[in-house]
Amino acid sequence: MSNYIKLIALGLVTLIALMGINYARDLAYMVHAMIIALVAGGLFLHILRNMEEPIVLPDTGNYFDSVIRAGVIATAFWGVVGFLVGVVIALQLAFPQLNFEVLQGFGNFGRLRPLHTSAVIFAFGGNALIATSFYVVQRTCATRLWGGNAGWFVFWGYQLFIVLAATGYLLGATQSKEYAEPEWYVDLWLTVVWVVYLAVFLGTLIKRKEPHIYVANWFYLSFIVTVAMLHVINNLSVPVSFWGSRSVQLFSGVQDAMTQWWYGHNAVGFFLTAGFLGMMYYFVPKQAERPVYSYKLSIIHFWALIFLYIWAGPHHLHYTALPDWASTLGMVFSIILWMPSWGGMINGLMTLSGAWDKLRTDPVIRMMVISIGFYGMSTFEGPMMSIRAVNSLSHYTDWTIGHVHSGALGWNGMITFGALYFLTPVLWKRERLYSLSMVNWHFWLATIGIVLYAASMWVTGILEGLMWREVDANGFLVNSFADTVAAKFPMYVVRALGGLMYLSGALIMVYNLWMTVRAAPAKEQSLAVAVPAE
Amino acid sequence: MELYTLLRHFADSWMLLFLFLFFVGIVLWVFRPGSSKTYADTADIPFRNADKPAQAEETGK
Repeated sequence: MSNYIKLIALGLVTLIALMGINYARDLAYMVHAMIIALVAGGLFLHILRNMEEPIVLPDTGNYFDSVIRAGVIATAFWGVVGFLVGVVIALQLAFPQLNFEVLQGFGNFGRLRPLHTSAVIFAFGGNALIATSFYVVQRTCATRLWGGNAGWFVFWGYQLFIVLAATGYLLGATQSKEYAEPEWYVDLWLTVVWVVYLAVFLGTLIKRKEPHIYVANWFYLSFIVTVAMLHVINNLSVPVSFWGSRSVQLFSGVQDAMTQWWYGHNAVGFFLTAGFLGMMYYFVPKQAERPVYSYKLSIIHFWALIFLYIWAGPHHLHYTALPDWASTLGMVFSIILWMPSWGGMINGLMTLSGAWDKLRTDPVIRMMVISIGFYGMSTFEGPMMSIRAVNSLSHYTDWTIGHVHSGALGWNGMITFGALYFLTPVLWKRERLYSLSMVNWHFWLATIGIVLYAASMWVTGILEGLMWREVDANGFLVNSFADTVAAKFPMYVVRALGGLMYLSGALIMVYNLWMTVRAAPAKEQSLAVAVPAE
Repeated sequence: MELYTLLRHFADSWMLLFLFLFFVGIVLWVFRPGSSKTYADTADIPFRNADKPAQAEETGK
């Protein structure tokens, strides 16, 4: 019965998508209609061909790990794509000739930049969050993922979202909201996927076998719920036509700006912080083989973080049309955020107390520890930059970009690499990683890469800020904008070099993980798995 | 009174007080007597059931 409903729905979607190809008012919409027609049509045929197959019941005696394996592969793949595009656009900034004439309108900096940010945040980070949350929620609830194949729907639905978003940017479909560029129909699709994700996660929590909900799940849940709220409100818009990708925002002026940065900062706070803290609270104790330093602190950390983060957005709008009281509010909350952020950092680092010797022998735990270190560093830097006086120097300069990258490459990247190194042997039932010395290489390439990146951006950011505000004795500005661009050139080259090192580290990781699956010795079946004679 | 003013005054008085007390309540609740034992058990969750879901008869501890 359900197969017939699926066939009708997919058939209708295919038909509308085919009409969309015909009526499309812009190129991006036409290409998207083609992608949707192919996907829906393909699924239609797939279901049709398997109509009379017996229904395979899920194996409730085991965890739903196949979707997590796919998530690990997708995370590694999108990570490399995102880092690669990042290196390309870093080189384009240093050498503008790389904005090739033949690629104008598709491959120039303006089109590639949102591709890079979304690829690393939503494709790499998002897949890492979905995969690890599915892993963690099953293990800590001691029960199989709720919803059967809904887990696969979340995974593939999210990949479709990524493909639609990425192709849209290249073809010019954007609503020009930072980190929320996808147009209305892509936003609607993500909403559907996200609601199913929430249902799967909540369903698993509800049928848990453990009496308590482990703290990592609190962080993951707050990430899922808050991102749903942010996404829906920031993307309220009216399409110009059903057959086109353009839409008009519901809010305008400073209200729109405030909504955007309420969204933007909480994308940092709940996507890149709360979700990844969920990762930290599971994988750091697992890798260190010790429970979290203070469970009480972790609860206070959670509530303090989610109560404060949501107010910090206005610090993106200092010296704008936003009322002073609002930007002061954002600034004050950003500074108070120091406390929960550092509380969490201390909790993560101190989990290793009594096991510090592992830092010498285990490069995976070293990766996790340096990621917590970068978390502490960037959550110190962020509140400082949110202070109005500091912001007057740092805003609109490369300092901001350096800050974002010490957080994203250092904290999000490194903790994800640590989780991937943990998950791959477990999920593919291998005894160990293929090569620990490769992990070591990855660690040092990535760390030195981040240091080069952040240091060069501090220098060029402060240099730029000081040059912009420099006035002569008569009060005239001394430097033109082009002067600052020329002065920044060496730092841009250093930045690209740092990014290249980070990318090389990730490539080494991919090879290492691949060889772990292919060549590392398989884990011996433990005795517990054998069926006892009854 | 228009809706905006009403909501705004509610937000920076009673709602603010509620959120503040809620937060203080959490902190106090975390340090309630006997919590250390519960939390020691909860903190151990990652080290159980790593390979397979809990079986029905083991439900609850």
